[in-house]
Amino acid sequence: MKNFFKLIKFLILISSLIISNVYAAGEKQDLLKVDWSFKSFFGKFDRASLQRGYQVYSEVCASCHSLKHLSYRNLAEKGGPEFTELEAKAIASNFEVTDGPNSDGEMFERPAKLSDKFVMPYANTQEAIAANGGAYPPDMSVLVKARGGGANYIYSVLMGYEDPPAGVELDDGVYYNKYMYGNKIKMASPLDDDIVEYADGTRATVDQMARDVTTFLQWTAEPHLETRHKMGFRVIIYLIVLTILVYFSMKKIWSRIETKV
Amino acid sequence: MSDHEYTPKSKVGKWFNDRLPLLTLANHLTDYPTPKNLNYWWTFGGILTFCLITQIITGIILGMHYVAHADLAFQSVEHIMRDVNYGWLIRYVHANGASMFFLAVYIHIFRSLYYGSYKSPREVIWIIGMLIYFLMMATAFMGYVLPWGQMSFWGATVITNLFSAIPLVGDSITTWLWGGYSVDNPTLTRFFSLHYLFPFLILGLVILHIWALHVPGNNNPIGIDIKKPSKDTVPFHPYIVIKDLFALLIFLIIFAFFVFFSPNILGHADNYIEANPLVTPAHIVPEWYLLPFYAILRSVPDKLLGVIAMFAAIFVLVILPWLDTSKVRSTVFRPIYKQFYWFLIADVLILGYVGAMPAEGIYLLIARVATAYYFAHFLIILPFLGMKEKTTPLPLSITEPVLGGSADMAMAKNNSDYKEKL
Repeated sequence: MKNFFKLIKFLILISSLIISNVYAAGEKQDLLKVDWSFKSFFGKFDRASLQRGYQVYSEVCASCHSLKHLSYRNLAEKGGPEFTELEAKAIASNFEVTDGPNSDGEMFERPAKLSDKFVMPYANTQEAIAANGGAYPPDMSVLVKARGGGANYIYSVLMGYEDPPAGVELDDGVYYNKYMYGNKIKMASPLDDDIVEYADGTRATVDQMARDVTTFLQWTAEPHLETRHKMGFRVIIYLIVLTILVYFSMKKIWSRIETKV
Repeated sequence: MSDHEYTPKSKVGKWFNDRLPLLTLANHLTDYPTPKNLNYWWTFGGILTFCLITQIITGIILGMHYVAHADLAFQSVEHIMRDVNYGWLIRYVHANGASMFFLAVYIHIFRSLYYGSYKSPREVIWIIGMLIYFLMMATAFMGYVLPWGQMSFWGATVITNLFSAIPLVGDSITTWLWGGYSVDNPTLTRFFSLHYLFPFLILGLVILHIWALHVPGNNNPIGIDIKKPSKDTVPFHPYIVIKDLFALLIFLIIFAFFVFFSPNILGHADNYIEANPLVTPAHIVPEWYLLPFYAILRSVPDKLLGVIAMFAAIFVLVILPWLDTSKVRSTVFRPIYKQFYWFLIADVLILGYVGAMPAEGIYLLIARVATAYYFAHFLIILPFLGMKEKTTPLPLSITEPVLGGSADMAMAKNNSDYKEKL
């Protein structure tokens, strides 16, 4: 009888899971799935891909999308693209930031340093909206975590541009994207074959760039992902060993009385 | 409390204990006679205490780095995630800790429902427990607002707006709660203040909860009164301590999987978008642990009645000891109630599921049926079933077989919840 009720409970759980999946599938297009290097329990970033991804970001995305929670020093930190400190300094010095006030009470411009936050493409949200036909290009710092589907979603949107199906009318400045929520996007397809020239000789196909920049954005959203995976593995091993020890201690203690534990 | 008088062995100990009997308390806690047939569903009390302490410690550390200001909150959370040493770990433990806390509390509550732990003489334990649960929901809700993401903002807007359903003074109350005319910086700062306060209220209630427990002592899987101490009991230390520790470690392994390998799966992606009062998310959903109540709220077409139904869903639990008229505590000996118990679990799961879905079409219909059944379970089924149900014979004690034959005891023994070996 008891097992029967357990079975019912189990069936309810399973069916609700199935229903929720069916529901999710019916609502939107299935995302493209990529076997990301950072996904598994031991997942790490592909360092070269991160560096290429930064290049795609800085040459393609950065003209509209900010990365306001990142600092230039992050580019040289462990677990990220791991540019050398010199490279990161050189990257930073390409940007001008306003500092001050100086001893005369004046604000002044200077090249960015490692400790500075990424310089934003627009002075404020309103300017960004005005410059982009009424659509705000979202900050990309945590974009991967801010979208259901995560990295697969970002990759899918980058790959999802196509001609609208018959009968779909699009306004000027609106593009059709298979994976975007509502299928309409105000960003024109940002990637074209060979729009960047990779220093390491990798061919810059749309697919390659989409993978690289998504990997980069996964890192900007989760800069400590590698440490987290590494620590998590150790913590769980530790807990399992401790659990086994405690289990046998418990058995020993309870063996003093004739009750099973 | 303890039956025997305790005298510390050392002179200093005796001197101190005569002035503040802390050693007597410690002795009471270690010697506390506990039924020896408690199964693993009973380990969740200890697990919950652990959860509360974890939330308080991680929360205090987060509070050192978090900035409660509408313009800075989101940024300060990102600062914690990126720049504070192991800030990501502390925040992920805190955020997932809330979910684990609720997972444990639901198991704890449903354990109580199964074994009738809320019945006389344990009504006060149960009511304090319900107060804790209510404060937990308030605390968790306000904590979810603090990162000031889209779900934070819109969740706060939806929930605080509920108070506007109160006739005549509703709008004034809502304005008072907000500290303005919409959810804004004053709302955030007061939520932070209260989110910091409530866990300590919970801690106080937990102490009362345990105190109230130690008066009648633990219920047990067969739900009969036992003599304490006797051969039916074991001292809390080391028997229960080591068993609770073992269960806690299993729980921690699951906890660690969430924290280290899918820390955001229980949250909503939209909460990584900064709060924007001008853009409403497509679906506003609360955290998973509030979904059944959210479903009840939305299943009633009238706003005020919906709010009343939601609060009634909790209140009906508070008065449960008087709604359940059965003299027998444990479901093990209540064959019909056992079926209704699993129906209730299914009902609550269904409510949680439809709570996550848009309130329209078939989902709304399911939510209404499930809401009706929820109330029917407590208000109709329980009172009548308690009077009509024919229960199976109870054993005399944990170690002694049932009076007048062994057949029924064999049935009880076969039950997997009843692990006692004779």
